[in-house]
Amino acid sequence: MTTLEIRDLHVSVEIENGTKEILKGVNLTVKSGETHAIMGPNGSGKSTLAYSVAGHPKYTVTSGTVTLDGENVLAMTVDQRARAGLFLAMQYPVEVPGVTVSNFLRTAKTAIDGEAPKLRHWVKDVKVAMSNLRMDAEFAERNVNEGFSGGEKKRHEILQMELLHPKMAILDETDSGLDVDALRVVSEGVNRAKESTDVGVLLITHYTRILRYIKPDFVHVFVDGRVAEEGGRELADRLEEEGYDRFLKVQA
Amino acid sequence: MSLLTDKATTHTDPSSLASGAAVPDVSRGARKTSFDVADFPVPHGREEDWRFTPVDRLSGLFTDHPTDGLGTGSEAASVTVQAPDEVLVSTLAPGDAPRGTALVPADRAAVVASAQTEKALHLTIPAEAELAEPVRLTVTGHGAGRRSNGHCVIEAKHHSKAMVIVTHEGSADHTGNLEVIVGDGADLTVVTLQQWDDDANHLGQHDALVGNSATYKHIAVTLGGAIVRINSNVRYAGSGGDATLLGVYFADAGQHLEHRSFVDHNAPHCTSHVTYKGALQGQSAHTVWVGDVLIRAEAEGIETYEQNRNLVLTDGARADSVPNLEIETGEIIGAGHASSTGRFDDEQLFYLQARGIPERDARRLVVRGFFADVVSKIRVPEVVDAVMEAIEIELSQATE
Ligand SMILES: Nc1ncnc2c1ncn2[C@@H]1O[C@H](COP(=O)(O)OP(=O)(O)O)[C@@H](O)[C@H]1O
Ligand SMILES: [Mg+2]
Repeated sequence: MTTLEIRDLHVSVEIENGTKEILKGVNLTVKSGETHAIMGPNGSGKSTLAYSVAGHPKYTVTSGTVTLDGENVLAMTVDQRARAGLFLAMQYPVEVPGVTVSNFLRTAKTAIDGEAPKLRHWVKDVKVAMSNLRMDAEFAERNVNEGFSGGEKKRHEILQMELLHPKMAILDETDSGLDVDALRVVSEGVNRAKESTDVGVLLITHYTRILRYIKPDFVHVFVDGRVAEEGGRELADRLEEEGYDRFLKVQA
Repeated sequence: MSLLTDKATTHTDPSSLASGAAVPDVSRGARKTSFDVADFPVPHGREEDWRFTPVDRLSGLFTDHPTDGLGTGSEAASVTVQAPDEVLVSTLAPGDAPRGTALVPADRAAVVASAQTEKALHLTIPAEAELAEPVRLTVTGHGAGRRSNGHCVIEAKHHSKAMVIVTHEGSADHTGNLEVIVGDGADLTVVTLQQWDDDANHLGQHDALVGNSATYKHIAVTLGGAIVRINSNVRYAGSGGDATLLGVYFADAGQHLEHRSFVDHNAPHCTSHVTYKGALQGQSAHTVWVGDVLIRAEAEGIETYEQNRNLVLTDGARADSVPNLEIETGEIIGAGHASSTGRFDDEQLFYLQARGIPERDARRLVVRGFFADVVSKIRVPEVVDAVMEAIEIELSQATE
């Protein structure tokens, strides 16, 4: 049983003329096996939250805490966070020229587990995971994210989630840019990971359509750098009908 | 014909920006070559072909002096030759053909080295011979600042297949001319490894004459030395020749590593592919790449592509990258060039670290990835291993 706890998190970025506060006191608790949807309009700070938990150097935590089973996540380097069990499926995965997917996956697996995976099992695991995500075998020999279509990038992110077995996964707009078929395939991958590893999921999305495939236990509405409203699945349905206008008006 | 340009350049020569690649005022083909020392005054650094080079530190290589210790048995540099039995090893005096057929000195250093080399090493790979093992030349410098002149003629007779690996180590002020004649249908690979000590200076003119339907590959791997400048040039003796010029370099603090190439497309239906990639780290690490390609009017049906990529790992390093493409006929299959100099990308580092990979390993992965495509083109396992090992060492020094 793992708990990710975010308390009163304030985060700023450096801009041309000073600093800009983006997160303004975020509170959130995610436990193993739970799926939390974070929904909010563009620019509300969802990606900032994801990057801050993962430790992106661009974002400065000015106050608040993030803990994983009581351990201070904010004191860890980016790679230590990943090895502690955090995973971030990025909205914009990065190209790494000259590094093949297969080399990358093996290196990451070795780093996370602290030892190289048994080759025979590993090769099979990768093959099966790729085929489940409808990824061609030749994909493994391509360079990480180089020339990938939007859908391929997202599949590749979920492939990593399935193979690396994180305790907590933050999925940042994994649904954006996917057509219906791809959305279903990717969602199935997330659900497989949930079933097989009891991973806690923080599902960041702008739209409700992915929630038809991945059922959230909790929904948090994110507006202007903090959680504006929380509820169960029904909150998502309401957002589907009403959109975010209600929250933006309050803000204005 | 297709013209391809791809520019994502930060440190490009401004004059080359106007039309993609620069077309020099005077055709590259018109640049002076001569065996007469008097034709090349000592450069002051403002000349087109010396403008990036710290010439003030090279005066020891520009004087018209013989090799230090010549004839005493303790020359400034010694050369050992290890060759399969079929290879003929002899010497050539100035003017003895084929010496002078492929290489005419094109700058001050090359002309004095040529004039001061009474006996050029001559390696002949007989016609139709296929060497099972590479020919190995090892140039060992025996003292920083000691002057060394060298000239080597490699003749690969028609339809032979061979590889020559020239390794440079130790320290000296060395100018080495390499003259390569690739016979019709022959397939020759020349590898030049610069593994000098930190205080060595090395200038080299490597000229190849590529025969009818012959294949020539020149691979420069430059890691050591204070100032190293290798000019790898190609002309064709007939149609259908194929030339591949590859380079890998890694410059540390204070090093000046310069690679120039000139492919003179003077014959129809030939191809040339030039790929140089380098990484830089440390204060005032400086690399230079100047890639000249001239497509003469008679060079119909040729295809050429040249590219240079630089990866700047730290502040204070500088990479100059200048492609020059001169086209005198439109009747070609294609001509293109690409040049880029980029900073190490912290987003790549973040992505890899976010997958649990420690920073040091992530950096290695990115740098190795950067070199992956040029290294895969080398296709000589022992050279690939040496390059990868050297890159590992460079990177581990960086993080210590
Ligand atoms: N590195 C940055 N520099 C400046 N502004 C940023 C940076 N990152 C995010 N922002 C700003 O912070 C706000 C929230 O961005 P983001 O977290 O990407 O929102 P979301 O993911 O909800 O669309 C936006 O106004 C965005 O422009
Ligand atoms: Mg976002």
